[in-house]
Amino acid sequence: MQILFFILAALALISGGLVVFQRHPLRSALWLIVNFFAIAGVYLLAHAEFIAAIQVIVYAGAIMVLFLFVIMLLNLRQPEEAPVIPHIGQKLLAAVLAGFTALIMIYAYRHASLPGGPEVIPGLGNTESIARSLFTNYLLPFEVTSVLLLVAIVGAVVLAKSKLK
Amino acid sequence: MAVPLHYYLALSVALFALGVIGVIIRRNAIVVFMSIEMMLNAVNVTFIGFADYFKAVDGQMFVFFVLTVAAAEVAVGLALIVAIYRNRGSIYVDDLNILRW
Amino acid sequence: MMDYVWLIPLFPLIGFLINGLLGKRLSKNVVGTIGSLAVGLSFLLTVAIFLEFLRLPEGSRAVEKTMFTWISSGSFQAQAAFLIDPLSLVMLLVVSGVSTLIHIYSMGYMHDDPGFYRYFSYLNLFVFNMLLLVSANNFLLMFVGWEGVGLCSYLLIGFWYERRSASDAGKKAFVVNRIGDFGFLLGIFIIFWSFGTLNFREVFAAAAPHFAVGSVVITAATLCLFLGATGKSAQIPLYVWLPDAMEGPTPVSALIHAATMVTAGVYMLARCSALFVLAPISMTVVAVVGLLTAFFAATMGMAQTDIKRVLAYSTVSQLGYMVMACGVGAFVSGIFHLMTHAFFKALLFLGSGSVIHGMHGQQDMRHMGGLRKYMPITYWTFVVATLAISGIFPFAGFFSKDEILFNTLVDGHVLYWGVATVAALITAFYMFRAVFMTFHGKERFDHHKVHPHEAPWTMAAPLIILAVLSAVGGFVGFPIIEGAHKFKDFLAPSIAVLHPEGHHPMSFEIFMMAFSMAVAGVGIFIAYKCYIKNPGLPDRVVAKFPVVYEYIYHKYFVDEFYDAAVVEPVKEGSDFLWHGVDETVVDGAVNGSASTVVWLSAHLRKLETGFVQSYALAILVGVVLITGYLIGR
Repeated sequence: MQILFFILAALALISGGLVVFQRHPLRSALWLIVNFFAIAGVYLLAHAEFIAAIQVIVYAGAIMVLFLFVIMLLNLRQPEEAPVIPHIGQKLLAAVLAGFTALIMIYAYRHASLPGGPEVIPGLGNTESIARSLFTNYLLPFEVTSVLLLVAIVGAVVLAKSKLK
Repeated sequence: MAVPLHYYLALSVALFALGVIGVIIRRNAIVVFMSIEMMLNAVNVTFIGFADYFKAVDGQMFVFFVLTVAAAEVAVGLALIVAIYRNRGSIYVDDLNILRW
Repeated sequence: MMDYVWLIPLFPLIGFLINGLLGKRLSKNVVGTIGSLAVGLSFLLTVAIFLEFLRLPEGSRAVEKTMFTWISSGSFQAQAAFLIDPLSLVMLLVVSGVSTLIHIYSMGYMHDDPGFYRYFSYLNLFVFNMLLLVSANNFLLMFVGWEGVGLCSYLLIGFWYERRSASDAGKKAFVVNRIGDFGFLLGIFIIFWSFGTLNFREVFAAAAPHFAVGSVVITAATLCLFLGATGKSAQIPLYVWLPDAMEGPTPVSALIHAATMVTAGVYMLARCSALFVLAPISMTVVAVVGLLTAFFAATMGMAQTDIKRVLAYSTVSQLGYMVMACGVGAFVSGIFHLMTHAFFKALLFLGSGSVIHGMHGQQDMRHMGGLRKYMPITYWTFVVATLAISGIFPFAGFFSKDEILFNTLVDGHVLYWGVATVAALITAFYMFRAVFMTFHGKERFDHHKVHPHEAPWTMAAPLIILAVLSAVGGFVGFPIIEGAHKFKDFLAPSIAVLHPEGHHPMSFEIFMMAFSMAVAGVGIFIAYKCYIKNPGLPDRVVAKFPVVYEYIYHKYFVDEFYDAAVVEPVKEGSDFLWHGVDETVVDGAVNGSASTVVWLSAHLRKLETGFVQSYALAILVGVVLITGYLIGR
């Protein structure tokens, strides 16, 4: 079990690094897809099967497709030039800070003691548990989310409309 | 044997850090956006980890909604990027600097 | 009538205000009349008070009239009050009388000057200050008048301020006077500190009982006061302003630098006689300074070619006589000579003004000559004054100068007497040199360009009046005959006595008088030989002693010495303070703080780059700090 986790984690981290450090945005996008799949694998290990599925369908399937479409729409053929601003100093600072953040959190969680939690509802599968919770406890956010999606669609259409029309 | 909680958390922190670096370093707005997605993912991992540890489903609910919102955000954000590209001719954030002194 | 003593200075003050504020709109005649009338009224009032004063019994011959309390601070009080006593009355009469005559003269002399009303307002202001000076009853009020006459002297010397030399001379007079004033102030401080009061009567009454002869405090105070006197009365070392002061109009020279302001120092010495007699060291200093001034100024007068400069050095020299008289204890003789000097010196200056006026501005005697047939009134009044200054019987100067010489001799200062007698010889010489060069001999000017003419009656009348005074003014101090020396008897209550007068055989006195006249006669004879009989003689004498002549002609290079020793170091110091301190330090600090702000803002500007990623970085920094703080807690 743990070995599997390590493999998936390593895959996620490597692909994440490649997303950040690849020159061409297209390649970054592709590596991000790999990253999402790895994360989905991690979710499976955490007994979150439904979420893993959703991750693949929504993130890797829809969002990344949208990214790829836009990248191709904007026709960015050339690789990115070396940045002028932010300059080296800022890059270094970012790296240091991010690493520092990581270290702090690792240190904190290592030394924190976490109590155990209650058992998951026995007998029900993951999907059913989520559904049950979604439509009872989290009904309002569910409805609001639908409105949010509507707004997002309308906004995206309006913003991306061509001026000629 | 379950995966210990702090493994999930370590992974999450590392992914988040990578996302932060990406946001700050990259000039291309789309890549910045992708880094932001990575950061959101890292947070999702944390939630799932805790959901697993506490054997509660609420963590997964959060991830559900985060996912939804992320999708909406990507749609709108990319529409914005397209609009900016049409307007300014470039999506390198260096060139989007009219808020300067 | 004595209650109205405050009107005496007030009249010229009102004249100053009227002429100063409204003078531009009034006609020249009105302005001149107002000015002369103001002083004339003061003079008449003074005469009235004088007559009333004479009726007072001998013992109570000192009246104080207080106007108001000027300063009241703790235990210190200073009144605005006047002291009417013989000394102040003599001074008031001289000042107001001579001033009136000079105002009338100025109406003619300054008639064509565009600054006519300004001139009269300054002149009235001067008379106000001078009257205040001589009638004050305490040191502080006297100092107010002292400073005021210094200011008016500056204003009037630099009257033609567009001329660089005139404004420079005004500045020089003021600065040199200031040095003297500093001494005067120190003296006042010492007196206040020792006596606790500045009122004349209180100080002088308390002087002898509380301080021994030769006490350090009194010596210090009197030396400081004397420094002030050297400034005002143009003694060594502060006489250098007086010859340059001739840049002012001639009536100004007559009034201020002959008859009144320069006598303020002598007046002060006489007024403080009670203090001086307690300090033998100071008396010696005073006498020596006066003597040296009298002698050296006389030598400098020998080589001058400008008619006014000759008179300027003669003034310095005669002031030296007055100061020396005070120094040997003959205060009365000093004041007597002050009075007669006012008459004949004012007359000499006004006469020279008449010559300059008639010669259309020419002041160099080398370009004059033979003027006596063009200006008879000027000539004869000038001769009267010259005879007076040379000390020839029966003119006024004879009585006063002879008395000074006599008192010096009988007090045991034979050396002083000897030097002073030589100075008298030189005085007679250079004064008659001036007369001969100006009025006698060949005419050394171009007839076609210059038409000398006599002065108008506004200028001639004061000349005549002053000539009469110079002729008979000395008789109030007739020596030898008992009771005939009215002047001395009148002044006695005001003046402290150094030691009681001795009696001398009459024959000795008469012999000394004849001797003085003989000395003067020798001087006149030498002048006659040099400038009438044998005009080439002076040049031959000069050729024989070129170095001596150079020194005398350049006034012993005193001005150059002061320039190098005092003025240049001060200028260097100021230069250093300007560049080194003000520019570098002060400006540097101010500019530096500005450039620091600029530098700071240049760096702070980097926060506002307009790049979103920079802002994101800033957010990240903040998040890290806060998280780190919360976790580390």
